[in-house]
Amino acid sequence: MNPYRRSPLVNIATIFVYFFLYAPIIGLILYSFNASRTNVTFEGFIPAFSDQVVMDGSLVKSSPCGPFHWYCDLAKNNDVVEAARNTLTIAFTATIVATTIGTMAALALQRYDFKIKPFSQLSLYIPIVIPEIVMGIGILTLFSQFFGWANTTFGLTGDSRLSMGIATVTISHIAFMVPFVTLVVQARLQGFDKSYEEAAMDLGANEWITFRRVTFPMILPGVLSGALLAFTLSLDDFVITFFTNGPGSTTLPIYVYGLLRRIITPQVNALSTVWILVVFLAVLMLQWIQSREQKPNH
Amino acid sequence: MFQRLRENRSAQGTLLALPTTVWLFVLLIIPLILTLIVSFGKRGPDGDVIYSFTINNYTRLFGYSTDCDNGQTACFDPLYIQIMWRSLTLAFNTTLVVIIMAYPLGYFIARSHPKQRNTYLFMVLIPLWTNFVIRVYAWMMLLRKEGAINNILGMVAGWLGIDFVPLELLYTQGAVLIGMVYEFLPFMILPIYTSLEKIDNSLYEAAADLGANRLKTFLRVTLPLSMPGVVAGTILVFIPVMGTFIVSDILGGRQVILVGNLIQRQFLDARDPTFGSAASLILMVMTLIVTYFYTRKFGFGEEIVVA
Repeated sequence: MNPYRRSPLVNIATIFVYFFLYAPIIGLILYSFNASRTNVTFEGFIPAFSDQVVMDGSLVKSSPCGPFHWYCDLAKNNDVVEAARNTLTIAFTATIVATTIGTMAALALQRYDFKIKPFSQLSLYIPIVIPEIVMGIGILTLFSQFFGWANTTFGLTGDSRLSMGIATVTISHIAFMVPFVTLVVQARLQGFDKSYEEAAMDLGANEWITFRRVTFPMILPGVLSGALLAFTLSLDDFVITFFTNGPGSTTLPIYVYGLLRRIITPQVNALSTVWILVVFLAVLMLQWIQSREQKPNH
Repeated sequence: MFQRLRENRSAQGTLLALPTTVWLFVLLIIPLILTLIVSFGKRGPDGDVIYSFTINNYTRLFGYSTDCDNGQTACFDPLYIQIMWRSLTLAFNTTLVVIIMAYPLGYFIARSHPKQRNTYLFMVLIPLWTNFVIRVYAWMMLLRKEGAINNILGMVAGWLGIDFVPLELLYTQGAVLIGMVYEFLPFMILPIYTSLEKIDNSLYEAAADLGANRLKTFLRVTLPLSMPGVVAGTILVFIPVMGTFIVSDILGGRQVILVGNLIQRQFLDARDPTFGSAASLILMVMTLIVTYFYTRKFGFGEEIVVA
């Protein structure tokens, strides 16, 4: 029996579902080249290059960047550049911390026995079973109560007052990223026999050398894909960031959300397109790491 | 001291797990406890919290109202019960539609040549990793009055010679349902694919040898063995749908208010964190109850970690 045999109905349904997944994205990208500033209907591509932007009503007739007018517009938008910088700062910092402590926890849970182990393991599942908004408002309450208390107790005023910002967003991101890193690395560790480590110890390696020379190389692909997963989760996060950000810590998702409630120019579409492109490359990288991981190396 | 640590495996394990455990305790468990405390408080004049012990926020959620029409001091106001019921039914409907759409695709990928599988999976990951807010925006563009869907319908009507009035698609329950399905579809495809891919080929051969036709093989072999994937996918879809507020905010406007919107507004516009905290805890309890009974019936899918 041919294991790859599929009913034609399945093929038709598949085409439909892929169309459903991609039609909105393709539409989004198409509108990023829209000549119409109001962006309500597609009025064709911007036809020509010129020294400066020529407008006819709400239509862009020509631009120094031609059809890519909205992409150039985007690069000149300081709010977007700042939001992008915030997003990346938060994602990088949070990924480094979450990957480090998450990997340590995975090692502990997989290779050691200790008193608080059941509690540590259980707490990893909280972000999976509780709606994000519940976590978001809980963390908001924690920070606002703590900051209120600290500001009055220590008489902090003006610039030294504690308030929401990049730090609170980063700290909160780490909280929901760590469980994913730990679970991915744990799964990787599960696949490896303890005997490799025991053999190293028998041959006289101490714990640190065993970790550096045996355990770490084995789990590295798991650590990398955990880190990349955590990084994308941070880039993508809206809800937690929404409740923990403050003045000056707007991230890209928050910025886009703000725009959707005002006038939408094709600039939003240009921003979305750049984002989709970045994501495309990131997923490609993740796939590459995973395909390398699958190849047996011994 | 270091010598002792080197010999004590239990202390080493505790130390390694400590940063993560403390971090999760401070940022996930303490906030939940705080939310519980705040939910029994009273709203202060500036939207601040006055700590007390009153169950008013909970009775208000379940319909007790002091803001009545005909001079009564107390009456029944179903507003919040309606909002909770709407969220619950929407989450059920979304999950159902997502299963119906995800199953054939997961099946297709599992039954395609191993060399092509990664490409098909990759094609599922791209929309999944495209930002949540951007995906809602894409549907907002498609659904609005001048949007692509109305344009296409208008063109078809034109060919057929029918008068066409653009449909009000945006700001409806249907728009929110489509948006939710779109957001969470990949979370169902991946676990279903994983469980289908695991099924040993010899089982199909055995079923064929024993005289089962294709339909019977599907119903008796494939479907039961893929249930863990469906269960994991349901958990990954149902829980976030219950709490999401962006989709209903952008695609539902003021027409479709869900529990998520209710909570968000208490913390921003209405500024009553005590009521918002109570609503948030009720939301958590609702999802935990549904998840508990569901997993007790079908088991907790291990595929959840794969996705």
